[in-house]
Amino acid sequence: MANEPRYLKETPSQTAGPYVHIGCVPSFAGITGVYPEDPGARMVDDSTRGERITIVGQVIDATGTPLRDALVEIWQADAEGLYPSPAEPRGTADPHFTGWGRQPTDAETGLFRFDTIRPGRVPWPDGRLQAPHVNFWIVARGINIGLSTRMYFPDEPAANADDPVLNMIEQESRRETLVARRDGEVFRFDIRLQGERETVFFDI
Amino acid sequence: MTDKPLTTDPFYPRDRNWHPPALTPGYKTSVSRSPRLPLVALPQSLSDVTGPVFGHDMLGPLDNDLVRNYAGPGQSAIGERIIVHGRVLDENGRGVPGVLVEVWQANAGGRYRHKKDGYLAPLDPNFGGCGRMITDAEGGYEFRTVKPGPYPWPNGPNEWRPSHIHFSVFGHGFAQRLISQMYFEGDPLIPRCPIVRTIPDPAAIDQLVARLDMNRTVPMDALAYRFDIVLRGRRSTMFENRPEGN
Ligand SMILES: [Fe+3]
Repeated sequence: MANEPRYLKETPSQTAGPYVHIGCVPSFAGITGVYPEDPGARMVDDSTRGERITIVGQVIDATGTPLRDALVEIWQADAEGLYPSPAEPRGTADPHFTGWGRQPTDAETGLFRFDTIRPGRVPWPDGRLQAPHVNFWIVARGINIGLSTRMYFPDEPAANADDPVLNMIEQESRRETLVARRDGEVFRFDIRLQGERETVFFDI
Repeated sequence: MTDKPLTTDPFYPRDRNWHPPALTPGYKTSVSRSPRLPLVALPQSLSDVTGPVFGHDMLGPLDNDLVRNYAGPGQSAIGERIIVHGRVLDENGRGVPGVLVEVWQANAGGRYRHKKDGYLAPLDPNFGGCGRMITDAEGGYEFRTVKPGPYPWPNGPNEWRPSHIHFSVFGHGFAQRLISQMYFEGDPLIPRCPIVRTIPDPAAIDQLVARLDMNRTVPMDALAYRFDIVLRGRRSTMFENRPEGN
């Protein structure tokens, strides 16, 4: 048929495998001198506006074992709720905030750690405000396609109760898998790939 | 505050039947690392359609030359010298500029520079195995490397990975994020590989196979392979003049 649009298919995903560090965080893999630093290692500098927070957690498999070879990326708004992106239509985000972080899970403890700021609120397409959240993307050996999820804050009960995404999760008991715990100085967010309290993952 | 739209056009939905499912028992590690509950379908918001910008100023001159970027002065990596090039396109067939493409691979003997890799093939002191580039205005990218060797892995009693290069691709929106692997035309190990076979559709597997490209070879120097990558597309064209710099 004439003028029938021809769409390409998205390149299919393949697992990141056990050596993802070589390409994505080479310094962590001991490969130094190629890049100045691992991309996504620093999200903030001394001038970044907002409340400094630390997020730590583990990615846990069906047997309860933390993955020691995973790679975690986060993407979040600045303190005002603006994304540092040209696709952000509402204004210019804090130039001292990258919004994007990438960290491997520790080879011994399985812990990932992000030093960042508490995000502001971002609107839903209908104009309602979403609760403050951090977008997560997880890849590893054994994960065939990157997993998307979100972290919410435990000290935002009112915003969380009204959040359009949390409310989209039919089983109410599963919503809490997306809410971090306050653990002293840090927010603790564990991601359970399978089993009891499996984390909610999204098809976005 | 402003009358600008609160969101931008969403990406086309992901065809989950084209991608591998989470649970693929032939690839044993997926059994304990696969979510078993259905994904929750989420309409896209600004959180998903936005993403960071990667400027060419982050790149060093040898970042896309794996033959030399880890080599000592006057040295180069050992192996079959190849150029891998192609375009990053969206599902509409348009080139996507400003995409961060990161690659990693084993050396010519099939050994990774990684403490978890204990394969008996030797390390090459002049090969690190990582490279990166940012696509040009037409979505084009190119790097030089040595062809990676196949390697055995402990999924079954005698399992071998075909020669492959791992790709991480970062488009304009966080929802476009993709990691995959590139294979080489004609490799008899491709159809035998349990990781390749996590992909159900042979046409999708074929999309991961780079073609020998004689037009881009460098005579007396390097063979060339062509590998195009397709990211999720959307109706809008509003980001075609994407500014650079963070
Ligand atoms: Fe590999």
